[in-house]
Amino acid sequence: MAETAVSSSSGLAAAQPAPATSNSLLNAITSRLVIIVPYLWLLFFFLIPFAIVFKISLSQTAIAMPPYTPVFGVDGFFDALSQLNFDNYVWLTEDALYFNAYVSSVIIAAISTFLALLIAYPIAYGMARAPTTIRPTLLMLVILPFWTSFLIRVYAWIGILKPEGLLNQVLLATGIIDEPLIILNTHIAIFIGIVYSYLPFMVLPLYSSLEKMDYSLIEAAQDLGCPPISAFWKITFPLSLPGVVAGCMLVFIPAVGEFVIPDLLGGSETLMIGKTLWNEFFNNRDWPVSSAVAVILLLLLIVPIMIFQSAQARAQEQGR
Amino acid sequence: MSGNWSRFNIASIVLGFAFLYLPIVLLVIFSFNESKLVTVWGGFSTKWYVSLFHNQGLMDAAWVTLRVGVISATVATVLGTLAALALTRYTRFRGRILFSGMVFAPLVMPEVITGLSLLLLFVAVGFDRGFLTVTLAHITFSMCFVAVVVQSRLMTFDRSLEEAAMDLGAPPVKTFFQITLPVILPAIVSGWMLAFTLSIDDLVISSFTSGPGATTLPMKIYSQVRLGVTPEINAACTLMIAVVAVGVIAASVANKRREVQRARDEQAAQRG
Repeated sequence: MAETAVSSSSGLAAAQPAPATSNSLLNAITSRLVIIVPYLWLLFFFLIPFAIVFKISLSQTAIAMPPYTPVFGVDGFFDALSQLNFDNYVWLTEDALYFNAYVSSVIIAAISTFLALLIAYPIAYGMARAPTTIRPTLLMLVILPFWTSFLIRVYAWIGILKPEGLLNQVLLATGIIDEPLIILNTHIAIFIGIVYSYLPFMVLPLYSSLEKMDYSLIEAAQDLGCPPISAFWKITFPLSLPGVVAGCMLVFIPAVGEFVIPDLLGGSETLMIGKTLWNEFFNNRDWPVSSAVAVILLLLLIVPIMIFQSAQARAQEQGR
Repeated sequence: MSGNWSRFNIASIVLGFAFLYLPIVLLVIFSFNESKLVTVWGGFSTKWYVSLFHNQGLMDAAWVTLRVGVISATVATVLGTLAALALTRYTRFRGRILFSGMVFAPLVMPEVITGLSLLLLFVAVGFDRGFLTVTLAHITFSMCFVAVVVQSRLMTFDRSLEEAAMDLGAPPVKTFFQITLPVILPAIVSGWMLAFTLSIDDLVISSFTSGPGATTLPMKIYSQVRLGVTPEINAACTLMIAVVAVGVIAASVANKRREVQRARDEQAAQRG
């Protein structure tokens, strides 16, 4: 009994250096493993790959497979330093294609994020004000489409938006329009695709901040003669701001680098950077240039990602 | 306050859900279309499902997808749960900021970047691209989703239960398996399901990290979609939706049953 009492007291302090009895040593090792195993995994498969991308973006295209001159290895490292070149980046600035692709990606993503916010807000608000008994069901219904494949959901829109597709059939049959609307292969189709695919990401954080809100504040404002619309802008919206920020980041960041949606719904005319990177890699087989595109895309997204991270960290602190 | 659930609230929910579900419903309906055109209804038929099962390429891809999904989801669940424990239990360790950054960043990282960077890693260390590399890639991005799901459960977890167990002499590892694990199990199960779904759905990261002989179903579907929309793809998509839907419903029923059981046990314990 005495022995277990000792191990329990040191067990409580597992995260601190423990006295070197065999049992507590085991516990200390276990608690270290909890951190070390996922840490090393992410280091190796998430962080180091970025370093490699950066490295290759500074190397030259070679005809051999893999299509770049190797800049690896300890001995190769110092040679490589002297050979580093920024040609790929220079190339990116010389060709207007890349600049336009970056700009149009950011614009398309920003417009889509705004539209998603406009559509998601009433849904999230309605859910937050729904009777408590049906809220879990509503929540489940928002999450459920997320479980079906992204590719499938984007694919489903092709059949709807095509010139001879279902939307045009309905609109023509009801006499709203006289000739089919051309939506597929335009920016409108991309907006629809992004809003549709990422809507749950916008609804969920909005809902969680709106649900926590104290609605007696609004009643108080209205009792004091504040009209509903200004009560919304003065109370509801500011209180839901953390949800708005989190939702917008969750939509905007992946949307900037989106590949599937512009490729399937946007047609060949659309310029988006995710698609450019894909083409550079798979069609032109230019690994260094596609690495340079990735590095710049990442730099572009670092600020939004930091905002997202700090919002996450704050939410975590509040949840504690 | 829920008394004034206004007509506007109800309308926005109904319209929102119609927007979310209509495309999927239409896709499923047209998989049973007799006609070869996906947009013109020509009568009910299951012939596309029959031809689907005779399409060897698609069936092979489905088998690869299923294996990658099960293996990667299982490993990702273990790693993700460990990461969640590390984040919630150890508030101070060296490199914690970097660690939490590496857990949260993949959630929003554009897939083309993750895919490209993993591919370059595999080339650099000399891994042949194929089944193994796709699985490793899937583990990496889905473990972060598992970590977030499990972490949110751990944060609401009543730690006095663990402390009580340890005060009574249970070593931490035993405490984890007997107290913590049963409580966070529903979150771990949904984490596994999420990882599995992410894996069987993924197109971009698979395309970068896969090699000959390891074509996944989304890659196959994608290459056919580029050639045109056919009812056969609708049928394949419908089957994928069905698999996921059955899984999600089964998991939520099991969860509910476990909750009811626990409520019953608690009552019994209080009475006894």
